[in-house]
Amino acid sequence: MNWIQVGSLHDIPRQGSRVVNTPDGEIALFRSVDDRVFALNNRCPHKGGQLSQGIVHGKRVTCPMHSWVIDLETGSAVAPDVGCAHRHEVRVQYGAVFLSVEAEVCRA
Amino acid sequence: MATRKTRLVVIGNGMAGMRTIEELLKMSPDEFQITVFGAEPQPNYNRILLSPVLSGEMSFQDTVLNDWDWYEKNNITLHAGKTVSKIDRRHCVAETEDGLVVPYDRLLIATGSNPIMLPIPGMDLPGVLAYRCIADVEHMLAASKNGKHAVVIGGGLLGLEAANGLSLQGMDVSVVHLCDWPMERQLDQVGGGLLKSALEKRGLKFYLSRQTEAILGDSRVTGVRFKDGEEIAADLVIMAAGIRPNIALARNARIHCERGIVVNDTMQTYDPKIYAVGECVQHRGQTYGLVAPLFEQAKVAANHLAEYGRMRYEGSSVSTKLKVTGIDLFSAGDFNAGPEDEELLLQDAARGVYKKLVLRNNKLRGAVMYGDTVDGAWYFQMLRDGTDITEMREHILFGQAHLGDAGRGGVSSVANMPDTAEICGCNGVCKGTIVKAIVEKKLFTLEDVRAHTKASSSCGSCTGLVEALLASTLGDYSTKPSKKAICACTELAHEEVRDAIARLGLKDLSDLMSALGWKTPDGCHVCRPALNYYLLSAWPGEYQDDSRSRFINERVHANIQKDGTYSVVPRIWGGVTSPSELRSIADIAEKYAVPTVKLTGGQRIDLLGISKENLPKMWGDLVEAGFVSGHAYGKSLRTVKTCVGSEWCRFGTQDSTGLGIKVEKMTWGSWTPHKFKIAVSGCPRNCAEATIKDFGVVCVDSGYEIHVGGNGGIKVRVTDFLCKVCSEAEVLEYCGAFMQLYREEAHYLDRTAHWIERVGLAYVKQHIVDDAAKRAELYARFLESQRNSQDDPWKARAEGKDAHEYAPLATI
Ligand code: SRM
Ligand SMILES: Cc1cc2nc3c(=O)[nH]c(=O)nc-3n(C[C@H](O)[C@H](O)[C@H](O)COP(=O)(O)OP(=O)(O)OC[C@H]3O[C@@H](n4cnc5c(N)ncnc54)[C@H](O)[C@@H]3O)c2cc1C
Ligand code: SF4
Ligand code: FES
Repeated sequence: MNWIQVGSLHDIPRQGSRVVNTPDGEIALFRSVDDRVFALNNRCPHKGGQLSQGIVHGKRVTCPMHSWVIDLETGSAVAPDVGCAHRHEVRVQYGAVFLSVEAEVCRA
Repeated sequence: MATRKTRLVVIGNGMAGMRTIEELLKMSPDEFQITVFGAEPQPNYNRILLSPVLSGEMSFQDTVLNDWDWYEKNNITLHAGKTVSKIDRRHCVAETEDGLVVPYDRLLIATGSNPIMLPIPGMDLPGVLAYRCIADVEHMLAASKNGKHAVVIGGGLLGLEAANGLSLQGMDVSVVHLCDWPMERQLDQVGGGLLKSALEKRGLKFYLSRQTEAILGDSRVTGVRFKDGEEIAADLVIMAAGIRPNIALARNARIHCERGIVVNDTMQTYDPKIYAVGECVQHRGQTYGLVAPLFEQAKVAANHLAEYGRMRYEGSSVSTKLKVTGIDLFSAGDFNAGPEDEELLLQDAARGVYKKLVLRNNKLRGAVMYGDTVDGAWYFQMLRDGTDITEMREHILFGQAHLGDAGRGGVSSVANMPDTAEICGCNGVCKGTIVKAIVEKKLFTLEDVRAHTKASSSCGSCTGLVEALLASTLGDYSTKPSKKAICACTELAHEEVRDAIARLGLKDLSDLMSALGWKTPDGCHVCRPALNYYLLSAWPGEYQDDSRSRFINERVHANIQKDGTYSVVPRIWGGVTSPSELRSIADIAEKYAVPTVKLTGGQRIDLLGISKENLPKMWGDLVEAGFVSGHAYGKSLRTVKTCVGSEWCRFGTQDSTGLGIKVEKMTWGSWTPHKFKIAVSGCPRNCAEATIKDFGVVCVDSGYEIHVGGNGGIKVRVTDFLCKVCSEAEVLEYCGAFMQLYREEAHYLDRTAHWIERVGLAYVKQHIVDDAAKRAELYARFLESQRNSQDDPWKARAEGKDAHEYAPLATI
């Protein structure tokens, strides 16, 4: 796995999100209220809304476009909606955030 | 963890018991080791649907709510076909007839009720049946094959449904009833009379004002004898004389019972380890025989079993529909007018329509409808909400469609709509899809339908239709809980949260959530923006706005577009601009290569297609040219539209343009429960369309007419006339006071139109017009909170505030 350091934890607002631009499109990093960091492609599986602009609650984000809710841990849309926002592995070490750009397909 | 799970034993595998378990599993999936006893050998099924099974419209399988797999999947031990015969409270065990002993930490009694079997001779003859469970239906179906004559004792809901079913199975059915008309508990005499003749047309016979003295027969029933001596033949007798809470088990365990097992508002019996829900329960003196209230009880019981400890059951009002296909009947509330009540009646013999509404102090107390029940859900809603109906008094009887409803809100008879009819315009959901989801996914509530189909989850204007569909599909008597929780994170309604904020002096979002027992660690996209707004409005200047609880548009102070770019709408006071202002906008548009420049419907200019990174820079330029944010993105003051007025127009009576600008300078920057729009027209020709605004002024020769509560959006609503004043200063005062009342009292996301329809114009008048001191206080509070909100958000961001919102974290 190829880890890339993209910034530090405090660059991402708690219950908020920041975007990393990559050659393959934007990846949104989310920080939950308990300071865990998750990464998803910044495209809602519904109609491509920018998930980074959504409201983060628990381990979920609500898309700003039509309010689909995406599970940050799996990247899957929360039932009854169906879809995958492709998660990426993230690691936080000594306050630094590392990202793996390979996207995973949702399991569920 | 090594700790032992809590052992929960449930007695009664029926509708209330299993609903409680479903709710509990949602909240607390792993904490309990659950054992369920059910006297019936079947898994949990939908008792409501026994009538369609009896009439042959459904099979038993269609009624199963939770099949065997469900119990297994959720690790529930089910003893189906086992009756609990004893509760030993000292040792905390439940015992069955055949000697099984199961210990409990918590016990839930949900034993339902028993049919009342009248104490008359012949009751125990073969061929005499009750109507309560699937076994009864199977016996009836078997009997209908062999016998010809059925007698149903009792002309209430159950009796009529049984009679109808048996008659559809080909039997000759007579209904014997003590009263002068059927369903006297739900219908007045006229409604009951109409029902009777409709059922007679379908072949039922009625013996009214008759009392059964004996059931005749030697080895099987052969007939029935009345008090007056008349005898009629019967091969099958159905007892449908009412139900009685099934409390023998509880009573023998010396748990306090009256008519039912007495519980408090947390559904706890007098033994704190023992909860009870359903028809076996007596709460605040009431027992219930319909599922809607039982489901509410189930929610509360689950909440306390899971030790959230936040909810109270406060009783329910119920409404009734008869599930006999082809008969439209609805009743709710108290429909027998007392001396201080007023009756509104509508009778249309030709169409077979009858409606009666009972009013007290301009509020609906009861409704009976026969033949045309389309507005049932609407009346029921007003009845429960205690809506003041003064304004619609003249039309109310004719239904919602007669209230000048130009939008989608007009309820047309849902039952008659084709499956392809679009119900939810926002999400493009058709009737067929909703009905299918209700049936296949076994949905009961509006929330369920929203989650599964998205219908009614957006603008909400089709909520009434969806509720009507639920009612007509399920035949359920009522589908809505008595109060609406803000969202699934809490059981509290909007008012309760606002009250608590003031009462407990809560000034912080996370304190608020923990003080009020939020079920989620940090809420969701529905409640957080609402709570943030309530705190902001309660503590102006003191509460720190939480940008993480704002929708994207309000967080970044621009409107997100479908391609992820933003639009920028600078404020153009009262719609009046100048060549130099236009020139700077033009320059800025060119500098940033703005792809679209558009005049908005709100008399200003929209610059569309701006990338997020460019926003702060562009705002910097706009601020330098003298502009502030137009808040085109906010639940806040939007525009103040004006017309040219007396300065130029040959009809103008006052300076509407100047007044509009003054109003906008006073109100801009204020946050409100939903967006707030104002207009000032110079004469009654009303070119600024003031009468579809939240606050509209129409100037006349002798002063200023003030109109409130208009809406031009999804459902057009013309304003209500509030009052007339003489000076501009008064317009400003009334405007500030009105906005403040709305800010302090409306639910988040209520436009003024919805709010006024809920509280009534009279209420608003009372505070703003009749009570000068109140008005002055409201106005003062408005101005005070404006002191803290008239700083331009664009300026702050151009200077670097929230810079992280506008730039990527990294580029790789
Ligand atoms: C730009 C504009 C259309 C235009 O090009 O003219 C517009 C654009 C939008 N309107 Fe509007 N409305 C605009 C005037 C209106 C008007 C006319 C008016 O204000 O006189 C109405 C009807 C009057 C009313 O509100 O009662 C109007 C009724 C709505 C509604 C329905 C509101 C309702 O209560 O039913 C929505 C949906 C909502 O707010 O939930 C909406 C929502 C929207 C949104 C915010 C949709 C969204 O969430 O993205 C659009 C944002 C576009 C953008 O990024 O700029 N817009 N919208 C107008 C901006 C006026 C301004 O200068 O600020
Ligand atoms: C034919 C019919 C039509 C109806 N139509 C409607 C309708 O349209 N709308 C509506 O809202 N309501 C309707 N109702 C009423 C609704 O079905 C009841 O209000 C609801 O089922 C009550 O739920 P409950 O859990 O309290 O009782 P039940 O659903 O009756 O469940 C109680 C269960 O406990 C079991 N039990 C009892 N004692 C013991 C024991 N000692 N040990 C083990 N198990 C025990 C019983 O066998 C039963 O299965 C209808 C009822 C009937 C009979
Ligand atoms: S009417 Fe308003 S919301 Fe609809 S497309 Fe036009 S601008 Fe957008
Ligand atoms: S694009 Fe995300 S919900 Fe529609």
